[in-house]
Amino acid sequence: MEHKSLKRRSEYEWVIEPFGKMRVPAVIYADETLIKAMDEKVCQQATNVASLPGIVKASYAMPDAHWGYGFPIGGVAAFDPDNGGVVSAGGVGFDIACGVRTVTTGLTADDVVPVKKTIADLLARKIPAGLGSTGKLHFNKKQMDDVLAGGARWAVDRGYGTKEDLTRIEEHGAVSGADPAEVSDHAKKRQEDEVGTLGSGNHYLEVQQVTEIYDAKVAEAFGIRPGRIAISIHCGSRGLGHQVATEFLKKMATAAAGYGIELPERDLACAPIKSPVGQQYLGAMRSAINCALANRQILTHLLREVFASVFPKAELKLLYDVSHNTCKEETHAVNEQPKRLFIHRKGATRAFGPGDKNLPPELRSIGQPVLIGGTMGTASYILVGTSESMSLAFGSSCHGAGRSMSRTQASRQWQGRDVVKSLEQRGILIRCPSLRGVAEEAPGAYKDVSEVVEAAHNANLSRKVAKLVPLICIKG
Amino acid sequence: MSKKVKKRGWEHFPHQADVGIRGLGSTKEQAFEQAAVALTAVITSPDRVKPARKVQIRCSSPDDELLLVDWLNCLLYEMATRKMLFSRFEVHIENNNLKALAWGQKRNVAKHCPVVEVKAATYTELSVRQDEAGTWIAQCIVDV
Repeated sequence: MEHKSLKRRSEYEWVIEPFGKMRVPAVIYADETLIKAMDEKVCQQATNVASLPGIVKASYAMPDAHWGYGFPIGGVAAFDPDNGGVVSAGGVGFDIACGVRTVTTGLTADDVVPVKKTIADLLARKIPAGLGSTGKLHFNKKQMDDVLAGGARWAVDRGYGTKEDLTRIEEHGAVSGADPAEVSDHAKKRQEDEVGTLGSGNHYLEVQQVTEIYDAKVAEAFGIRPGRIAISIHCGSRGLGHQVATEFLKKMATAAAGYGIELPERDLACAPIKSPVGQQYLGAMRSAINCALANRQILTHLLREVFASVFPKAELKLLYDVSHNTCKEETHAVNEQPKRLFIHRKGATRAFGPGDKNLPPELRSIGQPVLIGGTMGTASYILVGTSESMSLAFGSSCHGAGRSMSRTQASRQWQGRDVVKSLEQRGILIRCPSLRGVAEEAPGAYKDVSEVVEAAHNANLSRKVAKLVPLICIKG
Repeated sequence: MSKKVKKRGWEHFPHQADVGIRGLGSTKEQAFEQAAVALTAVITSPDRVKPARKVQIRCSSPDDELLLVDWLNCLLYEMATRKMLFSRFEVHIENNNLKALAWGQKRNVAKHCPVVEVKAATYTELSVRQDEAGTWIAQCIVDV
């Protein structure tokens, strides 16, 4: 990308000073190689976001930024409710609170590798994955409201996990301010059979081996050691989140003009935070966040059941659970004064530095675990939030590799069967309901996650702690 | 093919993270119907879906483009909640009100081998227009 207005501010920071309708600058964190390969649309979308009412400081893009819906994927923006600030359904995205959680096991590769096939088959049988898979739990409307209000806390109260799990989830397992009454009957209906399911596309459950440690002290505090096995789950709020996003996108797109908001593109649909539509969306979107947290909690329970049947003594501890499609009300320093802001992170991970009171006491002096998913053939990374990140991008970092090739192109280039075979030769077992799905998700269709992580590390958005490589991948 | 020939059909177009769907027809209604076939084709091969049962769909929106997204999202809702896939469509549009019939069958993982679930039809690359030759084009990106 060679955008005429893009200026290099430092080795890892690029800026577009305000022009036209922009109210604040757009800032992209990346190295030169990533910037050159970045889609031109990222600049366009980041500048569009910079024109929205009430935006604070800058419209940010993380090193993995790519063309999204209204906001770039990898976009971060904060809005001031006292200055006409908006909340945007497009700025959160269709898979509300899609995120990653990582569980440590205390097991080593020597324990797991000999029974890899057994575990892969058991997981494939137990974890509902792919289109059409249904969870074991089925809810009526009243029960669904309890899930939406209670999130992972609701799940733990029903025996799906432990109280300790909750301390390792953002918002301690349930975001406050959820209003299930703002979630339509259609959205609830769509979720009826989908609680506790992985979904499809880039969602997965992966058994991983820690291969590199970059920061021994932090890794120790996270319970991460070389050669140990961890498991990561990547999924979101399923049908309920998709339906909430769809409905509010339309509501906001049609209401925007009435609020005097000129939308540069319809996907940027938004409403003032203090408006009725804004408040309704916040109530519904927070319910969808809780839906995602409950979903990942139930999947963790299923995962624990599988591991208990093979390794009765193994203790699966939740390291952390991060959501990377959200809008959250947080306090940040603006002109050295604390200010309540609404932070949109679209394909960006919250990455709070040491000292933040939202972190559990044992991690407070360390910083928040930042979980970055890779592809089924490369690697995932664990990073830690930095103090600098709080002022760089409201405590945010990248979220994953990001695609470099379209699905259409990937399915033309690779055969699912060949992808599975070549990964198996490298010791990675894939279980996926669809071979074309595997081809579309082929590792070669993604950018190099290491490069993205390196840029996030060098830009001080978060610091590298460990690298994990896949052994088993259950694809949705 | 001569430019004047009005096409009817569908195609996918690339998007970095997701998929673009495009319906073509000699009328707006036909383009909407073909866009729906393109939507099914993201999930499975439309030829594998028997048009055995019909479902009625209605929606309305302030303009053609929002109506297209609404129509596709209504279909996604029906697919998700009825656990069906659709392969044949009949669309009528009057004053931004859409009435349609969609024929399909219960989805069967073994038979249809669904590739991916579509989360939503989006406003990105959204357009409903007639080209110079008079062909109607209805398209958008779908999030998968």
